[in-house]
Formats: sequence, C-alpha cells, structure tokens
Amino acid sequence: MENKRKYVIPGDVITSGPYRPEQNVVLDGNKIISTTIGISEIYDDSVKVIPLTGKYIPKINDLVIGKVISHSSLSWELDINSCYVGFLPAQDVFGRDFSAHADDLTSKLKSGDLVAARIANFDRTRDPLLTISDRDLGKIDSGDLVEISPSKVPRLIGKRGTMIQTIEMATNAAITIGQNGWVVVSCDNPEGLLKAKKAIQMVDERAHIANLTDQVIEMLESKGEM
Amino acid sequence: MGGRESELVLLDENGIRCDGRKIDEPRKIMIRAGGLKNADGSAYIEFGDNKILVGVFGPRDVHPKHMSNTDTGILRVRYHMEPFSVTERKNPAPSRREIEISKVIKEALEPAVMLEKFPRTAVDVFIEVLQADGGTRCAALSAASVALADAGIPMRDMVAACAAGKVADTIILDVNNEEDQAGQADMPIGYMPNLEKITLLQLDGVLTPEEYKKCVETGINGCKIVYDLQKKALQEKYFGSGGDQ
Repeated sequence: MENKRKYVIPGDVITSGPYRPEQNVVLDGNKIISTTIGISEIYDDSVKVIPLTGKYIPKINDLVIGKVISHSSLSWELDINSCYVGFLPAQDVFGRDFSAHADDLTSKLKSGDLVAARIANFDRTRDPLLTISDRDLGKIDSGDLVEISPSKVPRLIGKRGTMIQTIEMATNAAITIGQNGWVVVSCDNPEGLLKAKKAIQMVDERAHIANLTDQVIEMLESKGEM
Repeated sequence: MGGRESELVLLDENGIRCDGRKIDEPRKIMIRAGGLKNADGSAYIEFGDNKILVGVFGPRDVHPKHMSNTDTGILRVRYHMEPFSVTERKNPAPSRREIEISKVIKEALEPAVMLEKFPRTAVDVFIEVLQADGGTRCAALSAASVALADAGIPMRDMVAACAAGKVADTIILDVNNEEDQAGQADMPIGYMPNLEKITLLQLDGVLTPEEYKKCVETGINGCKIVYDLQKKALQEKYFGSGGDQ
C-alpha cells in the first residue's frame, strides 16, 4: 500500500479490494468510497474515514455534556449539541422510589444546568436515553463551558489522552470532555482557567496541524512566564 | 423556445461565442467553501456573472413536526433570488420559477445525500442568488453540494452541475443569459462524477437524437470541470492548499 492516510472528500474512492467498510465509508461494488470530508485510514482488513466536520451523532456509552432545556413530570430534556434531544429519566436522579407527584424535578436540575451524562441507549427509532448513575457523572456545579467542533474531540484528547493530560498538568485545571464537543473546564486559579480555555480553542482551530502538542506546550509555557 | 431573431451574433464564423468563449469553454468559475459562521455549512460560487451564496443547516429537528419521517431524514431546499439579482427589481416573494428550481435542486441532491442515517431530522439548504446571469440552477446546485459537504452531511458523491445547449445549430457548453434567451436549446445537467450518474436533466428546446447525445456528453464534461473546482474549494478549506498528505 503506497499511502495509508489520505485526505478525502465525499465521493473519493479510497481503495478497492476485500476490505470491511467502517465509519464514514460505503461499499460500491468493490470500491470503497468516502462519504465525508476527512482523513482516510486503511487497516489490515478495514477502512475508515476520520471526519473533519459534521454534527455529533450519539453513540451508546459516550460521555456527553448536556444542558437542561425543559422537563416533564417524569424526565428532563437535555440539549446535547446533536440533532436529537437527550432524555434523562427522573428515576435516574431520584432513585427507585421516585414518585411523580411527590418529587419536584426542578429541585434537582433546573433548565440551563449543565450535566455530565452517559448515553445509555440510542437507536434510530428513539431519542438518546441518558444516565447519570455512574462515577463522575451528574450535575456540573462549577466551571466554564467551551464549545468545540465534535469532530475535533479525538484531537483534544490526543493519543491515549496525551493532549488533555498536557493541558491539565500545565494549568492545574480539571477538564471534562463531552464527546458532543462540549467541554467543561474548572480551575481554582483564574489564570490557569484562561490558559486551559485558550489551549482548547487552539486545538479546535488548528486540529489539522501535525505537531500541535508541541505548539500547545509552547503556548502554555510562554504565557506562564509573562 | 424556437430561437428568436436578434441582431446579436451568438456564434461567429471562427467559432467564438458572443462573450468571447470557444464552444466547449465554460465561464470563469470560482467556488469557496465556508464563509458563513452561523450556518453549519456554506459555500459561495461565482459562475461567470452569477453570484450565489448557500447556507446549510442540519441535520436538525423538523418543524413543523408533521413533516418529519420516522424512516429517514428529509431534505428541504429553498432557492431564492434577491430583488437586486436581476436588472429589473424582482418581487422577493417566491415565484413559480423559484418553487420549481427549489424542487429540481432538491431532487438532484437527494440521490447523493445519505439522509437515511438521520431519521426524524431535516437538512435545510438555503440558496440565495445575489446576481443572476443564466445558468443559476446549475451554479446553485454545485454550490449546494459543496455546502452540504462542508456541513459534514454524509454523501455518496458530490453533485456537480453544468449546462449545455444549442446555439446557431452548434452544441455549446455552459449557456449564458444571452444564449439562453436567443439560443435554440438549453440543457442543465447535474452529475455525480465518481458514480457516473446523472441526477438532474432538463431540456428546454428541440434537439435531434444525435444532438441530444452530444449535448449530454458536452454537459457531463462541463460537470467534470466544475467537480475539480468543488474539490479544490473543499481541499483549500480543510487541508490547506495541499491535496495528498
């Protein structure tokens, strides 16, 4: 194989042959065609395209940051920066003994609140079902929301979390990344908070650059000396 | 249109057209991807003197709700001409012509866009013609396809469009306004270059079977030229100037 990684746009033929089509590719005859703008990767038996643009599509087990839009008597509706609204059932927050007439949903979550949640269930017939019954999930009390493009979340995390660890160590900030492109940054030191936010925005803007980690480190260090 | 008599020479004896082009030469085309911050995807095209801006939203919630489809997403297209896009003020209300063009562009994009991945949602395409000079539907379709790709909506292929026509008994590529008004035939073609499939084909005028074949071939060649520019526009926005890594 002459070149394993390639920039592709919709309609580009990535390769032909006995490969398994994975994300963002379709099989047409024996040709494998990209369906989005991105970087194609050919593995031993499969082909996929890492998208560079596009909305967040919920996936089961993804950690997302949601914003409460409204609630009914049994559940909250959360904006998860996707084309679907997330549903958070009240039982999940109040526990099994939840009763619709005795408990007031607004006592736990009001509209506008940010919530770290996990996608418990989602398929094409239903809106995504969220859950907060896990460690580190639930209402987010403090921190700033940074919105980045969902397609750049993997870049922000970096290879085995290197990028996000770099930012966290340099600024002492606690960063929660939602797969939907919403990131919450909290830090006791206001300067560290600003730096961490700037670093995240930098990743969003320059995601396609190769030695981005070095540039981020440089930015984080140079500001520290000022 | 039977070819009205006019003093304008559409094709001179050297095979040069009224705007100085050769018979198989398209107008100057410039495409830019992106540019609108609030839209999910956007594109701007200059196709000769046509200037068209396209914004794409979605996939997003469908309003009104009854339009949504539980099996697939829906595509909605609005083609609109600005009041100042033509020499005499155009009433901004949608005309019969604009409703028709919205419909044909929608149907030309549908085979490419993989809406079945997003049930219960809508993808909205807004096309604003800022300046019109013949062949706006082709230019608008080409730009809409770039804007959809920019929005990250999965597509089987890009859709490129270009018109071909017949002027002074000769098949020509990319019909401009004068040629459209006074020429013998106008055939807009939408084409998926990699799948080699036609998604839009209209014909206004009369052609013999041979001319028809030649006209389709000429139009497809034009689409391929447009496709290269669409590709370049997207590569410029997403990969810098370089093509391959």
